[in-house]
Amino acid sequence: MKHLISIKLADAAMAASGLTGRHSYRMTDIAADQNPETAVFAISEASVGDYVALMKPRVMSLVVFTALVGLMVAPSYLHPVLGFAALLCIAIGAGAAGALNMWFDADVDAVMSRTARRPIPAGRVLPREALAFGMTLAFGSVAVLGLVANWLAATLLAFTIFFYVAIYTMRLKRATPQNIVIGGAAGAFPPVIGWTAAEGTIGLEPVLMFLIIFFWTPPHFWALSLWRADDYARAGIPMLPVVAGYPETRRQILLYSMVLAPVGASPWLLGYSGPLYGVTAMVAGAVMIWLSFRIKVLGDADEGDRTAKRLFGVSILYLFVLFAVLLIDDRLGAPGRGLL
Amino acid sequence: MDNNKDSEKGIVLTEEQKRRRRARSIAIAVVLGALVLLFYVVTIVKLGPGVLRRPL
Repeated sequence: MKHLISIKLADAAMAASGLTGRHSYRMTDIAADQNPETAVFAISEASVGDYVALMKPRVMSLVVFTALVGLMVAPSYLHPVLGFAALLCIAIGAGAAGALNMWFDADVDAVMSRTARRPIPAGRVLPREALAFGMTLAFGSVAVLGLVANWLAATLLAFTIFFYVAIYTMRLKRATPQNIVIGGAAGAFPPVIGWTAAEGTIGLEPVLMFLIIFFWTPPHFWALSLWRADDYARAGIPMLPVVAGYPETRRQILLYSMVLAPVGASPWLLGYSGPLYGVTAMVAGAVMIWLSFRIKVLGDADEGDRTAKRLFGVSILYLFVLFAVLLIDDRLGAPGRGLL
Repeated sequence: MDNNKDSEKGIVLTEEQKRRRRARSIAIAVVLGALVLLFYVVTIVKLGPGVLRRPL
């Protein structure tokens, strides 16, 4: 547990000014305070790993990968150093959104078994430390992306962070079972930002990449929510199985998978990629529909739960494979474009 | 008497707190160093030979 100390002053603002040297305090002026909400100073026991965890590195890895693909399939050439710097900014921007999400969601994270060991609910990082960390990363990443690439890409990154934190985390997540459907837009922006960083404008191709991630998000998260519904219910999060029940969730997973499959193949259908991508997207889409169909048919059986977990894992693989093949197909079809 | 001495010492960090503070300080130093290098290289790449061209 952190060693927390509060200063006996009327308000915390005056205490903060003491840090600048306008006031000085002796030990007799301060008293131990174990409450993170009222404590003014804290002797941090946070490790470097705690700050890395605040940035949600696993989410960040998918963001970096999809942004890399967006950046590399863009027709314009971007110097590798600038491309690397732009990707770094997008990654840090995603990390900022993750830290601000954990700052706001510390109360619900504490009651969910999946998230209870995160740095804030575990007591290793104070909420205000996470807020300061997240805001610093957010402003820093947006400013540097604007200077390194262009201000349209920077604006999109700023909007993505704002959308994820202010719209999804602060509003939708606790208000509607459509939270992850609308909130999924935040996760869909990275390839568009990557494309825009290289190209300076937005075209139809990055919009298709946006739509793939957008329609991929609901079956991905609802598969997870099928066996985590108790957790969400305890935290008061209106996930679809909690509000509408399991059968309706399974039906919606199947519906979204049926939309996802053709959307996944759309870059090939519209002539932006070759048959390698087309075949991969159709096979992967068929696997998603098949698993979703199995979940719907199996219902409450144990096998249904196992299939839901399998769909969750396969959905991650689906997105990775589609974007990887999109990139490979682009390299094969048009040598000399983009970064390489 | 001992209590007064303790309070004059202020807050004494535990070994674990010192170790983690040192790790955080090193991480900040590494990040700052990497940013300096990144900004330098990006400046050279963006401006190229133009970095030397400026009005006297």
